[in-house]
Amino acid sequence: MATEPRQRPLEEREDERTTMSGQPIGPLYGPENAPAEPEESIGKPGEYPFTRGPYESMYRGRLWTMRQFAGFGTVEETNERFHYLLDHGQTGLSTAFDMPTLMGYDSDHERSLGEVGREGVAVDSLDDMEQLFEGIPLGGVTTSMTINAPAAILLAFYVLVGEKQGVPAEQLGGTIQTDILKEYIAQKEWCFPIEPAMRLVTDMIEWCSQQMPRWHPVSISGYHIREAGSTAQQELAFTLKDGFTYVERALERGLDIDDFAPRLSFFFNAHIDFFEEIAKYRAARRIWARELRDTYGAKREESMRLRFHAQTAGVSLTAQQPLNNVVRTSLEALAAVLGGTQSLHTNSCDEALALPTEEAVRVALRTQQVIAFESGVANTPDPLGGSWFVEKLTDEIERAAYEYFARIDELGGMVEAIRRNFPQREIADAAFTYQREVDERQRIVVGVNDFVAEDEPETPILRIDPALERKQADRLAATRARRDGSAVETALAELKRAAATEVNLMPPIIEAARARATEGEMIAALQEVFGTYTESPVF
Amino acid sequence: MEAAIARKIRVVVAKPGLDGHDRGAKIIARALRDAGMEVIYTGLHQTPEQIAETVIQEDADAVGLSILSGAHMTLVPRVVELLKAQGVEDVLVTVGGTIPAEDIPELKELGVAAVFTPGSGTDEIVDFIRSGAEERHEREGA
Repeated sequence: MATEPRQRPLEEREDERTTMSGQPIGPLYGPENAPAEPEESIGKPGEYPFTRGPYESMYRGRLWTMRQFAGFGTVEETNERFHYLLDHGQTGLSTAFDMPTLMGYDSDHERSLGEVGREGVAVDSLDDMEQLFEGIPLGGVTTSMTINAPAAILLAFYVLVGEKQGVPAEQLGGTIQTDILKEYIAQKEWCFPIEPAMRLVTDMIEWCSQQMPRWHPVSISGYHIREAGSTAQQELAFTLKDGFTYVERALERGLDIDDFAPRLSFFFNAHIDFFEEIAKYRAARRIWARELRDTYGAKREESMRLRFHAQTAGVSLTAQQPLNNVVRTSLEALAAVLGGTQSLHTNSCDEALALPTEEAVRVALRTQQVIAFESGVANTPDPLGGSWFVEKLTDEIERAAYEYFARIDELGGMVEAIRRNFPQREIADAAFTYQREVDERQRIVVGVNDFVAEDEPETPILRIDPALERKQADRLAATRARRDGSAVETALAELKRAAATEVNLMPPIIEAARARATEGEMIAALQEVFGTYTESPVF
Repeated sequence: MEAAIARKIRVVVAKPGLDGHDRGAKIIARALRDAGMEVIYTGLHQTPEQIAETVIQEDADAVGLSILSGAHMTLVPRVVELLKAQGVEDVLVTVGGTIPAEDIPELKELGVAAVFTPGSGTDEIVDFIRSGAEERHEREGA
């Protein structure tokens, strides 16, 4: 059971070392650790099983996208931050929404009080979305949107902004997170029970496979699972298992694997145990390729190749001596790059306590630029391939993932495992074990339980102006006043009617969005048909 | 005072508002339980009204409010206000989460006994709650 500390105190250990996730590390790795069949298990970048990378030339052909997660206040503040980041050299957009938007509440709902614009940008309607991308041609940039239970609605908003700009849906490139299984497991942002939520995910995969060939309708995520306290093995296993579950649902819908699998994307954490992370990414690619080909019958290489976005680990940041976080983020970003990420967000040094200031996020972006343009690591694909240590770690984490797959299968699959609190309990146990290690100083966190500074100056942090909540409520009132109320009613009624059938819900959602139905109104309408969700937590 | 059977300390660990970050709250809940206390974990998405109701119904000695969404200056005062309004003022109120240093004095003035920010040790939190709850028991002459 995972509540025993993974490492004994330093003084008692002979020479035991493990990764932060508990994988034992030997005193030396050499040729005796070399993989048995490297051509098969490692191969080449751009070729099955893609261990070394999804593309032949990797960063020589094209650098990873520098894509900083951003959003706060109302759409005006966030649009300004989007422009700032683009002006400073980021190459893709990433949108953070506030808690009310993530949970499907309009900004003037009583549950939204005090929460508007705090963790991200407030978006209630298409009017907000249009202003969010003011001055940003959607045909010329890719955008990621971190939103899950209401994802279909935000995608509809984005498509309509594109339409207004003269960019048809099929030309829009980007990603929407949509990954609802990991919400029940870790991020905990839900609107509906599991089955209707899964139906919406499949609707989005289906609709995008037909209408938006450049778009990723889901970003199958491990980041949040890891932030909740999981080990790297759990992050890898639960993420891939979630991915297989979406594949199965899409196949059950009657879709052809090679029509939708190429547009599935992933999102992993880039944590502080350097080599473990690199091994994790490489194992992820190999496992996904094998399963897509051998279990799910994919024929196209594009279906088998796992592509991912990475974010450096928020939980690794400390409030104490925040400049140290620049170092942490740099190491984590380097691991993601050496692991072959396609897209990267680097955290800012002030993010242990608040959203980033402009100064802090500029340093975070520069971190990526220094890695890309000064360090030389982008000059060859998978530079650590063939390292006895890295290949062994890759094999071991792959094996650990398959053990978890078997346990989840025994429980009846991932949805059933979630209902039984299996991944949630694994995560809670791992988080508790880690905290005990820190409390007992078996695991050192610089500035927190060692190398502590007695007097620390206060760091200026970003404050969200509470007046923005009023401002957003006024925007919402203006939208409601301007729109054709009866068109909205009709569209919402149609949405409810459709939700009770098996039709794809993207078209009625788009029509309701076009009429300026708000996100909250659409979610409430769907909840009348689907119900809501309450978890039975384990700790 | 006679040596009575020590009354078990009862703690509500609560997640106010829409914030879904429950890693810390769960760890504290487990640590308090391991320390021999009776722990009621409310789960997520609790309104201040629901939290106050739980504190009263469970006859809690202490309530730990965990909040990482930035909405603490709206939600914490509301919980404290509701507890006062219902005559349960001596319950120990502690707050944990991403609370900027500048907000701490105002929270304390409202009656929050302690704010535990990132990097706080588990034992420190458990000890604080234990001693605060024991004081409350003594005051009540338990």
